[in-house]
Amino acid sequence: MTTLTEAPPPLTPTAPEPAPPRRRGRLTPYWLLLPGLLWLVVFFALPMIYQASTSVQTGSLEEGYKVTWHVATYWDALTAYWPQFLRSVAYAAAATVLCLLLGYPLAYLIAFRAGRWRNLIMVLVIAPFFTSFLIRTLAWKTILADGGPLVGALNTLHVLDVTNWLGWTAGDRVLATPLAVVCGLTYNFLPFMILPLYTSLERIDGRLHEAAGDLYARPFTTFRKITFPLSMPGVVSGTLLTFIPATGDYVNADLLGSTDTRMAGNVIQTQFLRVLDYPTAAALSFILMAAILVMVTLYIRKSGTEDLV
Amino acid sequence: MEQYEPDRLTPVQVAAVRRSLRSGRAALTRRSLLRASAGGALAAGALGALSGCGIPAAGKTGGGTAAEDHSAKEKEVAFSNWTEYMDVDESGKRHPTLDAFTERTGIRVKYSEDINDNNEFFGKIKPQLAAGQETGRDLIVLTDWLAGRLIRLGWVQKLDPSHLPHAYANLSPQFRTPDWDPGRAYSYPWQGIATVIAYNRKALDGVEVTSLSDLLDDPKLKGRVGLLTEMRDTVGMTLLDMDKDPGRFTDDDYDAAVARLQRAVDKGQIRRFTGNDYTADLSKGDLAACLAWAGDVVQLKADNPDVGFLVPDSGYITSTDNLLVPGKARHKTNAERLIDYFYEPKAAARLAAYINYVCPVDGVKDELAKIDPDAAENPLIIPDQAMRAGSRAFRSLSSAEETAYEGKFAKLTGA
Repeated sequence: MTTLTEAPPPLTPTAPEPAPPRRRGRLTPYWLLLPGLLWLVVFFALPMIYQASTSVQTGSLEEGYKVTWHVATYWDALTAYWPQFLRSVAYAAAATVLCLLLGYPLAYLIAFRAGRWRNLIMVLVIAPFFTSFLIRTLAWKTILADGGPLVGALNTLHVLDVTNWLGWTAGDRVLATPLAVVCGLTYNFLPFMILPLYTSLERIDGRLHEAAGDLYARPFTTFRKITFPLSMPGVVSGTLLTFIPATGDYVNADLLGSTDTRMAGNVIQTQFLRVLDYPTAAALSFILMAAILVMVTLYIRKSGTEDLV
Repeated sequence: MEQYEPDRLTPVQVAAVRRSLRSGRAALTRRSLLRASAGGALAAGALGALSGCGIPAAGKTGGGTAAEDHSAKEKEVAFSNWTEYMDVDESGKRHPTLDAFTERTGIRVKYSEDINDNNEFFGKIKPQLAAGQETGRDLIVLTDWLAGRLIRLGWVQKLDPSHLPHAYANLSPQFRTPDWDPGRAYSYPWQGIATVIAYNRKALDGVEVTSLSDLLDDPKLKGRVGLLTEMRDTVGMTLLDMDKDPGRFTDDDYDAAVARLQRAVDKGQIRRFTGNDYTADLSKGDLAACLAWAGDVVQLKADNPDVGFLVPDSGYITSTDNLLVPGKARHKTNAERLIDYFYEPKAAARLAAYINYVCPVDGVKDELAKIDPDAAENPLIIPDQAMRAGSRAFRSLSSAEETAYEGKFAKLTGA
């Protein structure tokens, strides 16, 4: 946004008299759209058609699969795997809330308080992303290892008794429990929360804070009435960028979880690669997509913000 | 009227530009996003309706699997194998046994370690094989059930026995007649894999383990037992533990074994179903005991003296990883020569000394003793009489059985 002040004005500046409207450039936006559209068609629309078709096919590997409009697959898949869907949504929601609680203060710090450390902290936020998703998740297996110092400390402080009572952990361990999966999700998607939050916080005019102070608003009131409402676009896009991929994630549940923490993504992977039940796998993917679409739509409607960036 | 200045905008104009970008038509707003996603959903629905126009299904290859053999002209063979399944020299870059093969025959081996998982690899090569196209590979290594599936689907080439004199003569009797490829017309074993029970002595903390039942029932091991995601290994070992023969079991036997495992899962006894990644958990002690592949355990034991293994009295499952020539491969003869080379005791011994799995080649013991006397005496590498007697194979499944069994097993593992 800041660069726009230097951008040339939208009118043709040199012409002393109003020039006739130029027709040549009218198609340019569409040409510029073309690569993106092609990308969407090839990598989104076509696979979607293929998946949609697969989900209503029946058959076997030997005889081939034919479209028989067997829509019951959807119902069967939903009745068989609704616990995993619920779990996906619950874990993703928990991870999103945790990301927001952890990410907001950090983004606030970077935007308003970090001064010359701002760039360094930004790099620290992004740096873990230079290694692979898998390596980062595997690191958590070491952090949360049964005999490790962290679990030992949590045990001594009786934190695990509380989490056991809540059903987040089981016995003397954190790994292979819901807590571990949510921790992994939170960690892996945290930067997707921090970056949009930072962008929208950084855009807030500092003079608004001064004005609030001049009007005898306490810091908390300033935050509640000025900062937070103005950062809503960041909150909304951050939560979306965290929640949507977290719902479909399966790596965290696979590596950090157990049999009772499997998510929708795991079911799809298993059905597709192991059971070779392609129709069910495709139907599950569509159910997941539809569920996310509905939830996101409701959320954006309720969130009461116009801007998303 | 305001004088227009080309280079400068008044603050009011700047604000107007900003406003127009943020809340004008160009802005990405809640409403525009809603509209876009609604449009997307509509489009998806419409496209779904188009799906009636059929998509080519995976099925048998129409034009047969054979392709023109370019072996004589192109002195090369593309060999796809699993990671860490071939000897390497100190530099870690060269494979001495493959180099020796190239030196003798002049055939260059394009060796790639691009197989990580049977299911994933099947997904990778399925489109080409189903369409009757070449995969760019002349030799692949797949576990027996997947090898059986490819043979059943008609996606692999029949081997020419005249190119395989050593393989024919030296193949260990134990591996000669699998029910999915009797007489080895399409495949030869690369290595055998024994599924055993591995444990971490420190993590066991004095708990006595002798059979799979101990793993599934002992409350002291709650949450510290690992089973394998490989259905045939886990259910096979359970069937053996229940005194059933995994080579000839019924649907009811299978269901009983799954129910037995389900009880253990429900009790919270099972920490995780794993692939190869149990190795890290076991040496750290997060897993006290688990089902494991013997080759891994031999290597783990070398790094961590707490790790040990046992073969249950009820027997153990042996599976094989098999060399296959996929449909339309360009260098079939070269691939066969490479298979035959690995059935010469010398090459087989060098390989066995390095990778520690069950060697499927007879007459290797003496050669192996020259390289590594300990390995030659290790029943996990060269099975002795007792070890051979306990070995059982999981019977091959029909396509329908496979889907049904894998489905039940998937439910057990949580998805």
